[in-house]
Amino acid sequence: METIPVEHGLILAGILFCLGLIGVLTRRNIVFVLMSLEVMLNASGLAFIVAATRWGHAEGQVMFLMILTLAAAEVAVGLGLIIQMFRRYQTVDISVLSEMKG
Amino acid sequence: MITLFYLAGAIAVISTAAVIVQTNIVHALLYLILSLLAVAVVFYVLGAPFAAALEAIVYAGAILVLFLFVIMMLNLGQHTREQERSWLSARMFVAPGIMSALLLGQFLNVMSQIDQDMAITRVGVMEVSALLFGPYVLAVELASILLLAGLVSAYHLAKK
Amino acid sequence: MLELIWLLPTFPLLGFLALVLTGGTLPKQIAGPIGAGSIGLSFAVAALIAMEFVGSGEDYFVYEAWTWMSVGNFSPGVTFYLDGLSTVMMLVITGVGFLIHLYATGYMADDPSFARFFSYMNLFVAAMLMLVLGDNLVLLYLGWEGVGLCSYLLIGFWYTNPANGYAARKAFVVTRVGDTSMAIGLFLLFAQLGTLNIQDLMHAAEGEWEIGSGYAVAAALLLLGGAVGKSAQLPLQTWLPDAMAGPTPISALIHAATMVTAGVYLIARTHILFELAPSVQLLVAWIGLATLLISGFTAMTQSDIKRVLAYSTVSQIGYMFLGLGVGAWSASVFHLMTHAFFKALLFLASGTVILSLHHEQNIFKMGALRKALPVSFASFLIGSLALTAFPFTSGYFSKDEILLGALAVEGVGTWLWLGGVIGAFFTGIYTFRLFFIVFFGESNVEHHVDREVGGWHMNGPLIILMILALVGGFIHVPVEAVFSHGEAHDEHHVSGLIHGIMIAVPLIGIGISYLFFMSKTFSVEKLMSSGLAQSLHKFWLGGWGFDTLYNALIVAPFLFLARINRKDLVDSFYALIVTLSQAANGMIVKTQTGSLRWYALTLVGGLVIIVTLGVLL
Repeated sequence: METIPVEHGLILAGILFCLGLIGVLTRRNIVFVLMSLEVMLNASGLAFIVAATRWGHAEGQVMFLMILTLAAAEVAVGLGLIIQMFRRYQTVDISVLSEMKG
Repeated sequence: MITLFYLAGAIAVISTAAVIVQTNIVHALLYLILSLLAVAVVFYVLGAPFAAALEAIVYAGAILVLFLFVIMMLNLGQHTREQERSWLSARMFVAPGIMSALLLGQFLNVMSQIDQDMAITRVGVMEVSALLFGPYVLAVELASILLLAGLVSAYHLAKK
Repeated sequence: MLELIWLLPTFPLLGFLALVLTGGTLPKQIAGPIGAGSIGLSFAVAALIAMEFVGSGEDYFVYEAWTWMSVGNFSPGVTFYLDGLSTVMMLVITGVGFLIHLYATGYMADDPSFARFFSYMNLFVAAMLMLVLGDNLVLLYLGWEGVGLCSYLLIGFWYTNPANGYAARKAFVVTRVGDTSMAIGLFLLFAQLGTLNIQDLMHAAEGEWEIGSGYAVAAALLLLGGAVGKSAQLPLQTWLPDAMAGPTPISALIHAATMVTAGVYLIARTHILFELAPSVQLLVAWIGLATLLISGFTAMTQSDIKRVLAYSTVSQIGYMFLGLGVGAWSASVFHLMTHAFFKALLFLASGTVILSLHHEQNIFKMGALRKALPVSFASFLIGSLALTAFPFTSGYFSKDEILLGALAVEGVGTWLWLGGVIGAFFTGIYTFRLFFIVFFGESNVEHHVDREVGGWHMNGPLIILMILALVGGFIHVPVEAVFSHGEAHDEHHVSGLIHGIMIAVPLIGIGISYLFFMSKTFSVEKLMSSGLAQSLHKFWLGGWGFDTLYNALIVAPFLFLARINRKDLVDSFYALIVTLSQAANGMIVKTQTGSLRWYALTLVGGLVIIVTLGVLL
């Protein structure tokens, strides 16, 4: 029976999550931001799968399915918003959306 | 199999890193597909073939194609590379890098206290489906309603 | 019948409510009967109660309406206490009050704020009745403040003239000094004796305090402070002359007959306390004497008809205080009653004069009015005779008793008596100076006098008051039971010489006044020619410089402090809070950049901090 240390799987998920986070914080192009968000969601899905394997349960995969659904819905709405924004401002730069400045 | 896990993990990390530093958005998208496929391999290695299949089909297939459509609609591509490059200075990475490093450091610190191995047992489609249409049927229904809501709102938002 | 005592303050209160809840819009034909009628009903009830009470021969009667409030062992009730003293007061207030109300329906007939006037008047009578009927000092204090409020409202009744508002404020602030002192006195009494019921209080004080003990002296002094404020005695007398800014019926009712005598009532009511503090009691006598002399001098120099009467009121209350101070309690109450009769008469008559001359108050612009204003002339003649204690008028009996009481005091009694007699001499001079200048001599009237204003509701009260001022001295004041112990009753054998002096001195005063102002045998101008006389005249005219003194001693330092503390020191603390929060706002608002990535970064920062805390703790 082959074994993998459980922390290695979780560390992989953590690294992917942090890379996605860096993408969200760094990029100004809103399409990249949305892509980085997908990475982060995917990383959390990975963590669920790792945990499911650790306990030998199927619930982890069910949870991943939920995350997948969430990601699909989020991307649909997010891309809709991007299109609307591009129509209004003729740019994909999120720093132009700063009307909430105090 | 274990080698495959580490290999796929390494590919996933590298290609994701490439996504966030790419200036060409179409290349970035391709790297993202690569990363997602690598994660799908990891899923398979961890004994979750159903999740791996969904990852490949829904994520890499459906969602990223959606991205591609939008990129085409917005007519982003080669000519926006200059702009992307000017936006992406090294200085921009300092604060997010430090923050993420701190977060990751804390995460690793916590992880280092765990020392457990996981035996890889295959959990096939049948078990997952039995759960999905057994105790979690309501959650599935809710997920479908969420998708419907996403569909309606995306249609509404993208409308002229 | 006695149980109906609660109706006494209720009628005026209902009248007040009816007038005030209609917003002062009731027409004169309705407001007048309500205003005067409520007092008339009160008087009718008071008269019936008084007859039954005096007839019953009881010493006192208590009627508890309800418990006002109950806090621990402090539970003052709305309880009415009827004895000889409150019977006299209640009859004077409702009786004289009714006559003045009746008069006012004529006097104020042309005033646009007719209903407002009567609402204040009714409230005043209600409060005054509370004051004299309350069986505990809290209820008395309620009435005490109530009459002060009404006095303020009515002095400033014609508020469109800023001078009237100023006079009202002055009256309010000056009496407040006394009221504060009285409130502290109440606190002291309650803290030491544990009750504010007047009768219990007196018994407790007698039982627990030695004669001349510190607490007794302090309590008596504090109550005296309240009394001198309300009764315009030295050193708080300065407000009363200015209070003449109000309509004349107000001057008659509040500032002559009833409210200003509340101080006398208070001291008479708590006389046992003052007997326990003989030094304070003597101080009362000296205050009365000093006040009556000083205001007597001042009255001689005034040219405003109402100010002369105001100073004479201060002076007569001085006599009452003198009487209280020498232990002639019933004589003081007697003088209070007779004074209410003849001073109300004088004020109302002066009101008729003023109204007939189209609001002229300067006596040097009057003269030779006896033919034109016959009713006023008769009223003034009788009122002045009573005021100067002409034999067998009402003032004669009461003042006589006070002076004899003063003479009975051992030691300083002769001096007090002498001072009182000198005061009576000046009373004769200033009263008849006014009388002769207004009704005899050359006519200096500027506006033609068409006719004497009047009518039955103005002349009726004058006639009744004339009768009372003449024969009021024969009324027996049923207060023996109240002052049964401790009154100087040892029938001092007074020689005929003393009586003769007391009768003659006011007459000499009248005679001197006659020589100066009637026959012009002596010339005032000649007397005034010397520089000394002129400066003395100026000094007396200004009320012995008390206003100037208080301005320099109190008002000026206060204004100075207010000026240097214009940016309120206490406020600066709160201003600091404002500045700090504004600064904090200025700092925090910079974090609201509107940049999505900045928000995400701070979110992650917060996450890092929380996880760190979670790991560390």
